[in-house]
Amino acid sequence: MKREPADAVPAHGAYVFRLYLAGGAPNSVRALANLYSVCHRHFPGCHRIEVIDVLKDPLRALAEAILVTPTLVKVSPAPTQQIIGNLSEEEEVLRALGLPQKEHA
Amino acid sequence: MTISKRKPALLAKLPSGIEGFDDITSGGLPQRRTTLLMGGAGSGKTVLALQMVTSAALHGVPGIFVAFEENALQVSANAETFGWNLRKLQKKKLFFMDACMRADVVKSGPFDLTGLLAGLGAKADEMGAKLIVFDAIDVLLSLLDDPAAECRELSRLHEWLMDNELTAILTTKVDDDRPSSAQRYGFMPFMADCAVLLSQRILDRVVVRAMRVLKYRGSSHVLNEVPFVIGPTGVEVGASKGVHPEPQPFTERISIGNRRLDAMLGGGLYRGTNALITGSCGTGKSMLAGNFIEAACQRGERSLFIAFDENARDIARDIGTLGIHLGPHLSSGLLRMESLRSESASSEEHYMHLKRVISAQQPACVVIDPLSALARVGGAPAARAVAERLIYLCRNAGITVLFTSLAEGSDPQLETTALHVSTLADSWIQLSYALIDGERNRAISIIKSRGSKHSNQMRELVFSETGITLADAYSADGKVLLGTLRMEKEQSTRSALGGNHRPSTAKGGRRK
Repeated sequence: MKREPADAVPAHGAYVFRLYLAGGAPNSVRALANLYSVCHRHFPGCHRIEVIDVLKDPLRALAEAILVTPTLVKVSPAPTQQIIGNLSEEEEVLRALGLPQKEHA
Repeated sequence: MTISKRKPALLAKLPSGIEGFDDITSGGLPQRRTTLLMGGAGSGKTVLALQMVTSAALHGVPGIFVAFEENALQVSANAETFGWNLRKLQKKKLFFMDACMRADVVKSGPFDLTGLLAGLGAKADEMGAKLIVFDAIDVLLSLLDDPAAECRELSRLHEWLMDNELTAILTTKVDDDRPSSAQRYGFMPFMADCAVLLSQRILDRVVVRAMRVLKYRGSSHVLNEVPFVIGPTGVEVGASKGVHPEPQPFTERISIGNRRLDAMLGGGLYRGTNALITGSCGTGKSMLAGNFIEAACQRGERSLFIAFDENARDIARDIGTLGIHLGPHLSSGLLRMESLRSESASSEEHYMHLKRVISAQQPACVVIDPLSALARVGGAPAARAVAERLIYLCRNAGITVLFTSLAEGSDPQLETTALHVSTLADSWIQLSYALIDGERNRAISIIKSRGSKHSNQMRELVFSETGITLADAYSADGKVLLGTLRMEKEQSTRSALGGNHRPSTAKGGRRK
């Protein structure tokens, strides 16, 4: 266990995310920005984000049963978790990732 | 943006592969447009959509099935039960997409269907798909949880379908068979050019399924509700359209199995017509029917005996007591006897079953004993329609049918039948009891025989170990004599004439 200054982060391995986007659609742009912000604050230096544009690689999205965009998949650590939407409701994102929702308690 | 792409030409149709469905929609699904299948839980939406896409694939039209509610394994297991080999089709012609959203998915902010549509669009291009099914679209929409978003995404889907020139089938659940509950997805009825409502009701403890085409833009369609069944090979729609009898001239006469009865009918039955035997309980309807079927077998004709609510072997045994032996014909396969329980299914299901049995046996003569059993479940109007179609089916196939009908009620002479099929009957034979001077005797008379000069006389029907005989009823002192009285009269006539003026047709017919 290693402690980050702001939050308690279980750091036994990196956080790997896959974000499925639809080109430059407003919700997709926002989702990417929101994800960067969460990662920067909660997993500095220990995260990886793979961005998949369903408009450029539609068959991959189909194979991975992506129904809506944006869709964020937390690949690791296990278990995998899907979050749909532009990630603007940060509390939901944090809860889904198993993080405390209010850091300035 | 895509309106200009639509062709103003005559609406092209994609045959659904379901005969009755194509009849009620004047040719099938609207091509490159959207059809909406609505219905309550278990109303058959998925099976119908699956059958359409499977049938299209079999006919070389590639299709995609997107399942939002059941996973692909469940869907293909369903298909297997109907004998549709999906694995074979799945290579090129059919693509299944498992689109069940994970239960543990978390929502955070707005999203849309772009991802799904991009994937499906690429797949449709790759395989040249023409038909696409979105099964349980309501499940997908409920994910959005916002009426405005639902409307926006339906509109997105609609545009995508038009851009890709796909023929689409959308299925959605409605409450209590009320199509108005689909209004929740306000845009859905608008985007569909064809809307069909499936329903299932319980009538006399038996499920009765029906469908109704609510609308079909730019095409005629049957307005009425039509029954359908989900049988062993899938959905069969009982469209009454297109089963009108062909005006075939029937000229060949065949024996009903008894020479005197043939004579009464004016020379037997015309092949391809039907005869109705009515009578109350125990008057001997099944016996006459058995006699008819034996005669058919003796002519070497394939035959079918349908027995409702009675074991076929029991009937064969009972008929055997009259010296009519069906056993050899049963074992040779010339005759097939089928026992059905009237209460086990709706009249529509019985019809579909009989249709299958008839097509398997390919009979020249058929007995349905009694036809009135059809009316026991699901109401008389439905049964009447079924009886009518059954008769037309046989007539078009040139099959001679003899059906019996139980005359219930206090008056055995009551000249009505439960199904009012007497108007459809080409010949009508009435059996009754005459209760005179402490004896109950069977009487037979012909009410009608189309195209024949039939007898207007009543005869006595006599059953014995040697068969069925018809004896003249004597009229004396203003009374009709049957049984013992008739035999005494016959005897006295013979002695008066001093010889065998009339050979008795009723040996051993002295009855107690």
